Amino acid sequence: MTAIIRNRSVVDDPWQLLRPGDHGRQPAIPLAGDIIVPLTLWRAEREAVSFRAGRIGVWLDSHEDPAVIAEDLRLFGVVAVNFPKFGDGRGYSIARLLRERYGWKGELRAIGDVFRDQLFFLASCGFNSFALRDGEDPREALAAFGDFSDAYQSSVERRLPLFRRRLEKFAQA
Amino acid sequence: MYRYDEIDQRLVEERVAQFRGQTLRFLAGQLSEDDFRPLRLRNGLYIQRYAPMLRVAIPYGLLSSRQLRTLAHIARKWDRGYGHFSTRQNLQYNWPKLEDVPDILAELATVQMHAIQTSGNSVRNITTDHFAGVARDELVDSFVWCELLRQWSTFHPEFSYLPRKFKIAVNGAEADRAATYLHDVGLHAVRNADGEVGFRVIVGGGMGRTPVIGHVMQEFLPWRHLLTYLEAVLRVYNRYGRRDNIHKARIKILVKALTPERFRADAEAEWAYLKDGPSTLTGEEVRRVEERFTRPHYERLAGDDAGYLARLAAEPAFAAWVKRNVQPHKMAGYAAVTLSLKKTGVPPGDATAGQMDAVAGLADRYSQGELRVSHEQNLILADARQSDLHALWQEAKALGLATPNIGLLTNIIACPGGDFCSLANAKSIPVAQAIQERFDRLDYVYDIGELDLNISGCMNSCGHHHVGHIGILGVDKNGEEWYQISIGGNQGLARPGAPAAVGKIIGPSFAREEIPGVIEKLIGVYLDRRESEDERFIDVVWRTGIEPFKERVYDSDHQEQKRRRRSLATA
Repeated sequence: MTAIIRNRSVVDDPWQLLRPGDHGRQPAIPLAGDIIVPLTLWRAEREAVSFRAGRIGVWLDSHEDPAVIAEDLRLFGVVAVNFPKFGDGRGYSIARLLRERYGWKGELRAIGDVFRDQLFFLASCGFNSFALRDGEDPREALAAFGDFSDAYQSSVERRLPLFRRRLEKFAQA
Repeated sequence: MYRYDEIDQRLVEERVAQFRGQTLRFLAGQLSEDDFRPLRLRNGLYIQRYAPMLRVAIPYGLLSSRQLRTLAHIARKWDRGYGHFSTRQNLQYNWPKLEDVPDILAELATVQMHAIQTSGNSVRNITTDHFAGVARDELVDSFVWCELLRQWSTFHPEFSYLPRKFKIAVNGAEADRAATYLHDVGLHAVRNADGEVGFRVIVGGGMGRTPVIGHVMQEFLPWRHLLTYLEAVLRVYNRYGRRDNIHKARIKILVKALTPERFRADAEAEWAYLKDGPSTLTGEEVRRVEERFTRPHYERLAGDDAGYLARLAAEPAFAAWVKRNVQPHKMAGYAAVTLSLKKTGVPPGDATAGQMDAVAGLADRYSQGELRVSHEQNLILADARQSDLHALWQEAKALGLATPNIGLLTNIIACPGGDFCSLANAKSIPVAQAIQERFDRLDYVYDIGELDLNISGCMNSCGHHHVGHIGILGVDKNGEEWYQISIGGNQGLARPGAPAAVGKIIGPSFAREEIPGVIEKLIGVYLDRRESEDERFIDVVWRTGIEPFKERVYDSDHQEQKRRRRSLATA
């Protein structure tokens, strides 16, 4: 099992991530175990995926629309969003939509080209689980959650923007 | 100036620490060049042709004398003793060492400055009218709105990895001095019938490779909804803007592809979820930001200072400078002064550390310790007393900052070009200098009158060539530097209601040494054709079209070639 970050701790990951093969060929579905399947596989073979032992998760690529799983969310043990490249920022919007519009409360995982320098923003947008790319040490990356002590904007983590908290903050200080 | 509170200060310091860590990891080989690039870019650090370039944010162009002295100090300590004021109201250092950059950022933080989001695919420095707060036609103080937007856009968690850079301009006056139709988002303050403040929201304008005039998405967006509406616009862009081709990734391409109507509908649909949410601005916050701005203390002065008027009448050189470089002020007895960074022989926008210190001194003595950077790459002392103007002029003259050319041909806007920038196809500074030298006779330049000449070294159009009355663009032809000329562009300055215009290319491009001659011919056509001295170059281009200009430029070239061929044949 690989180590991932979940709720700011490094834990072993029970989930197996299934990625499509060459030419978009769907991956084989293992008989047992907890699996995270591509959205396309979920949509094509929902029944086959559902009637098996083990929990189900789904992952969205950065161009995919989270609206299509809005009705299915209660069936999933985890929802993951792929970052094909570090600079592809669509996943940040997808995360906010899943949290703020479609009400996903469970594990929301960032996968793909993910490393420590994105963690602060990813967490702000609602990710609470991070499968760092190969070669990254999740223990070292934990420090990145503390890169900033606050943020100006409204986000999933801090619903009220700084300007709605500012007076209160100074009153406490 | 907006004065940071302890949270603003802490966030900037935390950024310095974060970037220091990233730089150390890069230097230690723990972070690859590819991974470090977007991280350093969002801290304003480019790796240029000869050295790194660091772009320091001057939010909405407003600076205190103390900050300017720190910029001078940085230029001396870590650079080669000068800096370049850019068309984005920022300051660029061309020679810092990568390993010194964290220390430079730490030094900036001591005076509430930074280089956050001066590059990279994020919301960039917000720009505005350099006469904000002092212009007679002002509706709202745009600085307050710029600062609200600065805070909102700084480290925005959702919009820090956009498809491409994102530039917002705010204009608070009747005339559009912020080129709001040429930005990814332009916000033009308006008041409705009840006197309530709102914004005309213009989306999808821009220069660059494909110049586009922006589309009005909202005629009147009440100020409370400013942030939620922008979040809706940015979310649509973040999700659907193209990421496969860097040249087609700006929001203007998305707006065009979807059609402005469809984009508006998509933004509205998104906004329906965000409107009245937690990002809705409060009156309390607007007041808080307003109150954290230092305010000039104005004395009650009579309209026209007698001593000043006497000097004006007696000294033509002073009068000439006042005519070009001094703007009226909303307060009686005050004026806004432009210090020209366009002296012939100096790259446009460059200032030495000595000049920066000296200007800081001028700001302290004559303008309440503050100044502005204009997108025309000049420095502005916005709160000078009329009675001080003569003394100020003499000091500015001694510093080489009193060239009386604001609005004239030699007030050239130019990017750093191929001398420094790794993106450039061609050099721009030598072209600017050759033109300034050709038109060195001031009386002639006065006779030509108002004329914006803008030069970009490549299609990224940092020199705003599209909106120059005359625009010059460096192009690459088989590895050689050539220059394409357009005429008829306009940035929308001082013409209420008239949106910006993009210039038309007059024809095939020219070699560098031909440019001053071509400009002379264009001016020649204008002088022949103008109906009065009030008719500007740009007015003639709009009235006659580009044909007469084209004819003169290419026809005579053609004749010249024929003559050369003849003389060759007879030789």
